[in-house]
Amino acid sequence: MTVIDDHEALGTNGGVRLSEAGARDFFELLKPRVMSLVVFTAFAGLVLAPGHIHPVLGFIAILCIAVGAGASGALNMWYDADIDAVMSRTANRPIPGGRIQPNEALAFGLTLSFFSVAILGLVVNWFSAGLLAFTIFFYAVVYTMWLKRSTPQNIVIGGAAGSFPPMIGWACVTGGVSMESIVLFLIIFLWTPAHFWALALFKMRDYGSVGVPMMPNVAGEASTKVQIFIYTLLTAVIAVVPALAGWSSLGYGVFAGLLGAVFLYCSIAVWRMPDGDQKMVPAKKMFAFSILYLFAIFSALMIDAFVAPLLSLIGGAA
Amino acid sequence: MIDKITLTDKQQKSRRGRNIALGFALAGLVVLFYVVTLIKFGGGMQG
Repeated sequence: MTVIDDHEALGTNGGVRLSEAGARDFFELLKPRVMSLVVFTAFAGLVLAPGHIHPVLGFIAILCIAVGAGASGALNMWYDADIDAVMSRTANRPIPGGRIQPNEALAFGLTLSFFSVAILGLVVNWFSAGLLAFTIFFYAVVYTMWLKRSTPQNIVIGGAAGSFPPMIGWACVTGGVSMESIVLFLIIFLWTPAHFWALALFKMRDYGSVGVPMMPNVAGEASTKVQIFIYTLLTAVIAVVPALAGWSSLGYGVFAGLLGAVFLYCSIAVWRMPDGDQKMVPAKKMFAFSILYLFAIFSALMIDAFVAPLLSLIGGAA
Repeated sequence: MIDKITLTDKQQKSRRGRNIALGFALAGLVVLFYVVTLIKFGGGMQG
């Protein structure tokens, strides 16, 4: 038996509305797929940074960054529940699906935000904790509450939130920011519009129906395709910078250059796609490749960081 | 308004699932703080 004296717990029909949400529904609030990219890029920042961090503290740092990113995802779902309910891609999320109440998601997001930042600060350092707090604020408030519904540049500026994890990982080791970590930030920052607008092209009707000003709905397909090409070009160039600056090997530079060329080829295929194309196969291919591209670039940077010193050691010994 | 209700099976099951997850999270925090303490003060505690 349970005593109920909270009027908010009553449903619209006057009946008691108690939660039937399971742990899995709360996990879904964390946007696990986005979180996997955050974990990966934060780990890259941690590995690439000069210096040393105790492996257990490094693991806790990644955990805090992942939970912080998940918390901002929960706050995003809390605020966007109204438009999520209308779009096919998001209609079955825990809140519009009726499995979690909005207040539960808000409390969950705020609690995880507080604990992830506090633990990162106490265990690792307060600079990285400050960056994590700023990232959560930027995604939940600047992007979700302000930019997303007000400007077609929403994901360009809002993309900064997704670009911070490698910088936070770097700051966990060094306690600061440097040119190398800014380049890691820029790779994701410039990649985001190309990645997201490819998705927006074949989901533009969804965004249009809820009034979110995504670039294809506001500037049109033709303009979006040109901008996708420009951002792809900028991404391909910035991804080679670590090799040009001497932070990574020539081998990495060649690999990043080739991968960038394929990415550019995809963006040209999107550019040449006729307006009003219903299937939009090139846009779907570009979206899929963009994910592979980012994983490959960060993997290559990490492999290079281990292999290049080994090769020079072998070369020196011979 | 004060009312007494009986939870449905589904509500009881989901509440139990949430409680177990919360229990694991709290136990995880205890282990985390214990391990961090050992690492942070490890040097100082060696004689």
